[in-house]
Amino acid sequence: MTTISAGPQAAAPTTPASTLDLAGVSRWYGNVVAVNDVTMRLGPGVTGLLGPNGAGKTTLLHMMAGFLAPSRGAVTLDGEPTWRNPDVYRRLGLVSEREAVHAFLSAYEFVLASAKLHRLPDPAAAARRAIDLVEMADAQDRRIGTYSKGMRQRTRVAAALVHDPQVLLLDEPFNGMDPRQRLHMMALLHRLGDAGRTILFSSHILEEVEQVSGTVQVMVAGRLAASGDYRTIRRLMTNRPHVFAVRSTDDRALAVALIAEPSVTGVELGRDGLTVRAGDYGAFTRALPKIALARGIRVRSLTPEDESLESVFSYLVGS
Amino acid sequence: MSTVSWITARGLFGRRRFLLLLPLPALLLVLAIVSRSLGVDPGQWGPPVLVGLGLAVVLPVVALIVGTGVLGAEIDDGTVVHILTKPLPRWQIVLPKLAVATGVSAATVAVPLYVAGVLADSVRLGLGLAAASALGALAYSALFLVLSLLTRRPVLLGLVYVLIWEGLLGRFVDGTKVLSIQQWVIAIADRIAPTELLGTTVSVPVAAVLTALVAIGSTILAIDRLRSFSVAGETS
Repeated sequence: MTTISAGPQAAAPTTPASTLDLAGVSRWYGNVVAVNDVTMRLGPGVTGLLGPNGAGKTTLLHMMAGFLAPSRGAVTLDGEPTWRNPDVYRRLGLVSEREAVHAFLSAYEFVLASAKLHRLPDPAAAARRAIDLVEMADAQDRRIGTYSKGMRQRTRVAAALVHDPQVLLLDEPFNGMDPRQRLHMMALLHRLGDAGRTILFSSHILEEVEQVSGTVQVMVAGRLAASGDYRTIRRLMTNRPHVFAVRSTDDRALAVALIAEPSVTGVELGRDGLTVRAGDYGAFTRALPKIALARGIRVRSLTPEDESLESVFSYLVGS
Repeated sequence: MSTVSWITARGLFGRRRFLLLLPLPALLLVLAIVSRSLGVDPGQWGPPVLVGLGLAVVLPVVALIVGTGVLGAEIDDGTVVHILTKPLPRWQIVLPKLAVATGVSAATVAVPLYVAGVLADSVRLGLGLAAASALGALAYSALFLVLSLLTRRPVLLGLVYVLIWEGLLGRFVDGTKVLSIQQWVIAIADRIAPTELLGTTVSVPVAAVLTALVAIGSTILAIDRLRSFSVAGETS
């Protein structure tokens, strides 16, 4: 067990920061392995849990939050197991992906009920503080059933934050939010992370993770594929070979010109145009227009062929 | 009122299926009032209305709707996670929910049964039916509450128990009556207000002990199951 003391920048320096540990955690359903031997340690700050849909992110989050028993391995919060241990919820908050709220309550009633269930000394003040934090004060007395998806999401975040937990787990928190709400939620997560809270949020969208967190855990097919600083991983992603389909007014002449370009590692001439392999995404996409212009060739289409997240992730696994 | 019971009650009355509770007790009342006002012999209308409708249908069906609603509905729509992510010992979640389920079922069923009992025979029979059906509401509620933690189809399984086990087998296979909450309720009501209108082969001590066993056993099992509550895996 490791407990890292919050630094002087922490909002509540009297409460020590919490560490969530996963040691060799696997989870399977019958023959299907959803999470495969994952070991990670989450400390203060914001961490992104990145991976394509079906990678096991939600299963992993559920095990962290004590809503699923690991088939093997252990999930502990400050040394205590999270499974069958409701006491961990004093330090842990969860915003699940499923958009389940008591539609018949108002946001204030909902967050207040959470504060009361946490037995907070001043539930009303805690509820107001949490609602202010997510900027829901204006709509707090309306029934949750009348809210937009983003408002419901913020209400759920307020309820999860009402007891000021050391650890906050969020499953796809940006789903259904408009750009302004996203920015606001990102800023909130940043603030909480800077204040010494351990924040983990899952996402299948690279850009979301890039904007919020410096540290990422990448999951692919149930395994932890990469772990660490986002910029390093991003570099791995951008420097991988890219495949483009190019169609132009003169494919053969363009192929000759492209093969002389250093960023291009291979060109294939087919009936439907060119298939170009480039070692450097940025350098190639900058060079192509110049080369075409110099040769008087018009490029009709340029399509990246392997831009799906799955291909990015599988490249990461291979590297 | 605890926060858990407050949310449970709001959830119960806020859902449309609560309206399902009203027609059956109303039918029971109407039949009793009409039979009495038409001067029909209570020996003729008493057993089918009090037992056939009241104890065999209204009580278990109302308890089924409410008992599976207090927790099962929250599990179905996922809102149960909000209550479970709190540092509450699980008995502090199960007991308030059981109390709300029992209270609502008992109030919904005992009042019309009391009136029907008074109309059929006496205030004593009314009170006997009301008290016994309240005990029955407790046993049924505990059973249906734990069913919603053991299976994803608690309403279906509950209906199978009520209709097939108590209704069908109870009528033709005498031995099954020993394990029928409906028969225990009849035995207890008959003990409080002995009358020709109620009759069962189950003895009162057996009925009392088994009612307590089902209520307590189901509750303990529900608390334990809730401690191990798993969110269904969404990753495949």
